[in-house]
Amino acid sequence: MAFTSFSDFIAMGGYSFYVWLAYGVSIVSVIALITHSVLTRKKILKQVEQRLQREKRIKAANNREHSL
Amino acid sequence: MWKWLHPYAKAEHSYALAGKLMPWFLVLTIPSFIIGIVWGLAFAPADYQQGDSFRIIYIHVPAAMMAMAAYSTMAIAAFIGLVWQLRLAEMAVAAAAPVGAIYTFIALFTGAAWGKPMWGAWWVWDARLTSELILLFVYMGIIALYNAFSDKVLAGRAASILTLVGVINLPIIHFSVVWWNTLHQGATITKFEQPSIATEMLIPLLIMIFSFATFLGVMILYRFRSELLQREQHRAWVIKLVQIKGRG
Repeated sequence: MAFTSFSDFIAMGGYSFYVWLAYGVSIVSVIALITHSVLTRKKILKQVEQRLQREKRIKAANNREHSL
Repeated sequence: MWKWLHPYAKAEHSYALAGKLMPWFLVLTIPSFIIGIVWGLAFAPADYQQGDSFRIIYIHVPAAMMAMAAYSTMAIAAFIGLVWQLRLAEMAVAAAAPVGAIYTFIALFTGAAWGKPMWGAWWVWDARLTSELILLFVYMGIIALYNAFSDKVLAGRAASILTLVGVINLPIIHFSVVWWNTLHQGATITKFEQPSIATEMLIPLLIMIFSFATFLGVMILYRFRSELLQREQHRAWVIKLVQIKGRG
């Protein structure tokens, strides 16, 4: 262990602002990348599903017209 | 000879293979990240010159290395895609670009946060920093170009060509610290002699590099699958997949 106490660890030998800024921004960027990737996948799946349902409705409406 | 590879050139099989590989990369990423970050932040000894500010190295170096590794991967994929007209390879280029861009941004930002206390400036127009900034712009150019076309076949080809043009920047980044008199320090690990870093600082660094590499794998595979779904959305296999998901 390079530090004697928790507050010592947070202080980072006087460089706390720079060290935690670097780590913080990096973590936030990675989380943003993960979120974007997950949302993109969900969006695509939703779009395909909506298209399928629309096609199904159109088909059903056409069948109804023919039976009238 | 390459017959066994052929089925994977089919989108459906690639989607399944990527899905099978992804959890393995994830299983490697999570423990290595936790071990590496705790070791680097709390257990590695402080630097005799830079004190605890050197701990930024544990994200700065892995991010910078893997940003370049991601670009090399993209360049190989772009080459394969253009020469053998393999659209799957072009999709891999599109999948990897945002991950590489984020890594490049992290490398630049952590570099600035490290440069301020050590050099006294957030930014200097030094050869290493400038060439790394150009890498970020190249990444953003590839992403923008890919998104500019609604015809994704054309988009994939255009992005691949730009990727290959941008390869010239890789040796410039790597050798910038040798060719020019830079404020940025020279190579510590990627050189032919012994690494000039103490072992107890090097081990957590190698663990973090490994972690960034496997995370790159996870993200490329994940985004590659999304890319496949998007491009193949009118094919039977995607429709079947969505219908199964909708029911379950």
